[in-house]
Amino acid sequence: MNHKTKAISFSCAVMMAAFLWNAQSHAAEAGENAAPLMLAEVSGPNTFNLNLKKPKARNLPPAEDGIHDPENEATHSLQHPLEAYKGLPTSEFGNYVDWVKALDEGKLRPRWDRADPNDEPFVMDLDIVRPVKASVPDVVFPHRQHTEWLYCSNCHPAIFKPQRLANQISMSAILLGQKCGVCHGKVSFPIETKTCRKCHSKPKPADWQPPLSEATLKNPWK
Amino acid sequence: MSSKIKRNVLKSMIIGVLAYMGALGVPQPAQAEYADVVINNYADAAGMRPAVFPHWFHRIRFRCKVCHADLGFAFKAGGNKITMAKIIDGKFCGACHNGEISWSVENCAMCHSGNPGTPTHFHGSTVQRLIAPAYKPLKATDTKK
Ligand code: HEC
Ligand code: HEC
Ligand code: HEC
Ligand code: HEC
Ligand code: HEC
Ligand code: HEC
Repeated sequence: MNHKTKAISFSCAVMMAAFLWNAQSHAAEAGENAAPLMLAEVSGPNTFNLNLKKPKARNLPPAEDGIHDPENEATHSLQHPLEAYKGLPTSEFGNYVDWVKALDEGKLRPRWDRADPNDEPFVMDLDIVRPVKASVPDVVFPHRQHTEWLYCSNCHPAIFKPQRLANQISMSAILLGQKCGVCHGKVSFPIETKTCRKCHSKPKPADWQPPLSEATLKNPWK
Repeated sequence: MSSKIKRNVLKSMIIGVLAYMGALGVPQPAQAEYADVVINNYADAAGMRPAVFPHWFHRIRFRCKVCHADLGFAFKAGGNKITMAKIIDGKFCGACHNGEISWSVENCAMCHSGNPGTPTHFHGSTVQRLIAPAYKPLKATDTKK
């Protein structure tokens, strides 16, 4: 829905509400015998979704996306993302394109060198498993998908020391844009409910129990 | 139709028109493509629209390595302090927007296409979608008295 149709549907709703409200206040004037109509008070502080962020409209053309200026004529020469994504495997988040699958299926062949279209990436297939203290599945970091896109020096040593479990990583650091969060949540797939299992992909053993907190173990009111 | 109802309809239409005008004035949240970067360290101040860099468009043509390892773009929106002087010297965008690998630098409006006044930011990042600042864990010492 674009801005104008949104404004129109919003104003229609206001118009109807205004009509009902008017009609109702006249009905109340009409006499004491008319049963009083009760309306729930739905106003600012008690709107139903105070904090829920609405999912954004998908893949809008540049002129309608809110960051490009439609007054700038060249904006209308920029490509519509959906035109570029035709035929690429889809996903449910980010650009709504599965970039890893697109490479694996040979649907895309981005250059590894600025000028040489035949240069090949140096792909390394090494999975790093990171056990997680919480109940979510353990994290598997796959070097293969990363080295398809990135070079070792993009991560080593600035973001990660190249040694298994030598780096302290936590979800909070990731959400603050550190560690995996340098890329994930910005360009590579975002951090949201639909993506947790892409990183948290190794199931816990069947008999795994979350460790009890010290406060519970020492609880005097037990 | 009674005159009362007519009056109601009229009143509601006026309110409706006012609401339409009001809604048009309300700033709409941006709905741009995930990973679009607005770069505006200097552009606004020099009377140019901010530059918009589309990751989706470039990653179809180049792997991250080309820009972030070979060309030395740091992983930080606005962090590269890009200027036109550097671009015409063949650095940053100028490594490709030179009339050889891609169209040349005289196409000012292709890059300078952002809404005036938009601050430097990374569009659609997870951090921006959080309702409150990200959770910071307790330090081991916080739980002991
Ligand atoms: C590694 C090479 C490279 C670098 C670096 C680069 N670009 Fe590009 N860019 C391209 C190519 C190739 C195209 C496609 C040209 C064509 O369509 O003919 C392009 C196209 C574009 C487009 C047009 C997209 C569309 O919808 O048609 C914009 C805008 C753009 N670049 C902005 C930038 C900005 C801003 C920078 C610097 C921050 C930059 N580029 C850096 C290679 C590059
Ligand atoms: C996207 C970031 C990223 C890229 C790119 C990357 N690595 Fe890693 N690498 C990691 C992470 C994360 C670990 C695990 C660190 C930990 O567990 O603390 C790791 C671990 C390693 C280890 C230690 C393995 C072990 O068993 O101790 C080596 C060696 C390594 N990487 C080499 C490379 C090489 C060579 C390349 C380039 C071909 C590369 N890495 C590219 C993120 C990356
Ligand atoms: C330097 C940037 C960078 C860092 C840091 C990084 N990633 Fe990635 N990651 C990527 C890119 C690029 C892809 C390709 C898919 C995409 O863009 O969405 C990817 C893909 C993945 C995939 C594969 C998804 C699939 O569909 O197969 C997993 C899993 C993953 N990352 C986990 C991690 C974890 C865990 C960490 C931290 C230990 C991490 N990444 C750190 C850039 C990064
Ligand atoms: C980009 C990869 C990635 C994604 C996506 C991701 N996580 Fe994590 N998560 C990690 C890594 C890496 C760790 C640290 C593991 C360790 O301790 O070595 C972690 C740790 C955790 C922990 C343990 C507590 C902590 O902070 O260390 C929890 C709980 C968790 N994640 C939940 C989630 C949930 C819920 C989601 C989905 C919203 C999610 N994660 C998405 C990579 C990811
Ligand atoms: C390939 C993309 C691209 C093209 C083409 C381009 N610019 Fe820029 N320009 C940028 C970027 C990126 C910045 C940095 C923006 C910032 O941080 O504010 C910038 C910054 C600027 C600035 C402010 C900084 C400075 O150098 O003084 C001016 C003024 C400017 N451009 C003018 C122009 C003009 C005029 C043209 C056409 C002749 C042009 N640009 C073409 C990408 C481009
Ligand atoms: C054509 C060049 C180009 C390519 C290819 C490219 N980037 Fe970027 N990247 C940029 C530019 C330009 C910026 C903004 C830098 C600035 O504003 O100074 C940026 C910024 C970033 C940032 C910074 C986010 C922040 O925290 O502000 C990350 C992370 C990133 N890119 C990841 C990637 C990943 C992952 C890939 C591959 C899937 C990739 N980039 C491909 C040019 C590129």
